[in-house]
Amino acid sequence: MKPSRLSECGNWVLDRFPLTKFWNEHMAHYYAPKNFNFFYFFGSLALLVLVIQIITGILLTMNYKPDAKLAFDSVEYIMRDVPWGWLVRYMHSTGASAFFIVIYLHMFRGLIYGSFKHPRELIWIFGMLLFVALMAEAFMGYLLPWGQMSYWGAQVIISLFSAIPVIGEELSLWIRGDYVVADATLNRFFAFHVIAVPLVLIMLVFMHIVALHEVGSNNPDGIEIKESKDPWGHPVDGIPFHPYYTVKDIVGVAVFLLFFATVIFYMPEMGGYFLEHANFIPADPMKTPEHIAPVWYFTPFYSILRAIPDKFAGVIAMGASIFVLFLLPWLDRCKVKSIRYRGGIFKKALLLFVVSFFGLGYLGTQPVTPTATIFARIFTAIYFGFFMLMPIYTRWEKTKPVPKTLTKLHSLEEQLHTLEEQLPALLDEITELKPMAAEIGHPAFKSSFFTRRPNTEGMRNVISRLAKKLKGSLD
Amino acid sequence: MNNEGVDKSKRQFLTTALTVVGAVGTGYLAVPFLAQMQPSVKAMAAGAPVEVDISKMEPGQLLRVAWRGKPVWILNRTPEVLATLATLDSELRDPLSDESEQPPSSKNPVRSIKPEIFVAVGLCTHLGCSPTFRPEIAPNDLGEKWKGGFFCPCHGSWFDLAGRVYRGVPAPTNLVIPPYRFVTDTQLIIGEPTEEKTA
Repeated sequence: MKPSRLSECGNWVLDRFPLTKFWNEHMAHYYAPKNFNFFYFFGSLALLVLVIQIITGILLTMNYKPDAKLAFDSVEYIMRDVPWGWLVRYMHSTGASAFFIVIYLHMFRGLIYGSFKHPRELIWIFGMLLFVALMAEAFMGYLLPWGQMSYWGAQVIISLFSAIPVIGEELSLWIRGDYVVADATLNRFFAFHVIAVPLVLIMLVFMHIVALHEVGSNNPDGIEIKESKDPWGHPVDGIPFHPYYTVKDIVGVAVFLLFFATVIFYMPEMGGYFLEHANFIPADPMKTPEHIAPVWYFTPFYSILRAIPDKFAGVIAMGASIFVLFLLPWLDRCKVKSIRYRGGIFKKALLLFVVSFFGLGYLGTQPVTPTATIFARIFTAIYFGFFMLMPIYTRWEKTKPVPKTLTKLHSLEEQLHTLEEQLPALLDEITELKPMAAEIGHPAFKSSFFTRRPNTEGMRNVISRLAKKLKGSLD
Repeated sequence: MNNEGVDKSKRQFLTTALTVVGAVGTGYLAVPFLAQMQPSVKAMAAGAPVEVDISKMEPGQLLRVAWRGKPVWILNRTPEVLATLATLDSELRDPLSDESEQPPSSKNPVRSIKPEIFVAVGLCTHLGCSPTFRPEIAPNDLGEKWKGGFFCPCHGSWFDLAGRVYRGVPAPTNLVIPPYRFVTDTQLIIGEPTEEKTA
């Protein structure tokens, strides 16, 4: 058969550009473990949010003015007078928070399944660099609306650098380009936010993915699928990324966009967490708002800063709280990757860490009180304890045997089915049947009427059984 | 062409020389690139002194003016406030302002030229928020120990009504006192130092 004009044209390109090779290497012949679960949506979702932020960001720059006199009004102009401007702006502001939700879950996935361990240390390092770049990007972007919170948030964060001995004052002056946060600061933050940091982000994403595809993805069982291959040389437990995971990720994208759109259309400010109330007042260098707090995704680190009663030590602690994450691949001495086969001590430590991270995050949104400070100090100690003591407690961990190939978990339907069978028995246990009281109903039918009353004894049994099960899963 | 006997040390020398020249060149180029982020001439020139009329100030009143883009406070302190200030020394980190920034004319326990008129830059020495003026004594949110002063809402630093920092809060030093002088009894110039001969 004679090749069509179209395929001839295609071949002309493919002879000169390795598109097929690239596609096969990274999609069609890239084998990923077949047991990816919920937590494995967030890598591709992060990529999606990055694209959303770049597109909406480009649109916003068309009407935004990076000038201290014009910035606040130009944002209001986008919101009121630019056709669909409100939508683009809300997509961008919601996208920032969504980015951090997705990234935090992505990092948590790495933490529980040991994705940072040998041979994926470099993927974790690139990922951490991405996290830091993302924080810089978000911080600089938050100055641009030039509201009260933008202004004083930037003032505080830039002043952090002034705590560095000797060069600190000069350094913060250099960052601001003026003696206080001013027009010069706004203008340069615009330049960084719009071009410099996005370029770094895209480059790091590229390196993150290249490094990942070199060693291959980890999975919820934490075993290396490359170690057992079929006669054709493909991993037994692997499936090609395309079409299997492209299709799976489309489901994730659809669900994500459902939540994303709900926030954009019904709660774009998210009760002052995504867009803070004080930021609807233009920046006033004479007056700090009564209560200033960073946007929610910075609050855990901000709490650590506030918890330390010394300026320089506080800044060091905050920096260390991020830097310590870089060291994670070398702090964790346990050879077993996945939490499914790890010892109870790690599970308990991780639980404490998650609680303290949320605790710090909550406290960072609240004003300073003596009680809050005490809690912040306890949580800070747990946060650092989790990492600093890790080389010790992970060495003595009692791990479970790791299987050679992937295990099969019961599907959700099967789990629901067993639950359905158990439910009546559970109901019988926590309640008891008692004859109905005499004054209700006709006396003739009294013996056939029973009511369910809560049974304290049974309830206690059920709760203690649940607690034992919980404890068992932690060991 | 003679391919035998490659002179490795010559190659090494050329590679090293090119690297060094390249590094020096990059270093020179970095200077203008980095220096252009320094404050511009315009930004440095914008520090003109500010005149303030304090004839209409009530006792206990706080006035805010802008100087070099920063908030500057002028507080008319009552005799009761001044009496309280003298009792706080044991709770303060730097009661005599030895480590803090102020012109020599204001380096005294009440940190001012005239005891009743207090002038300070209204930015916390911790991370640069503008503290809130809280003259009341022992309010509910700050507790029994509060004797009136400035409270930084950002990180909870405490200052008394002479801008002196308490112990155990994040701010390291007392509030900065700008250079200022009295033209007449009711006229202040902020940004010009008091001539020392009168002191």
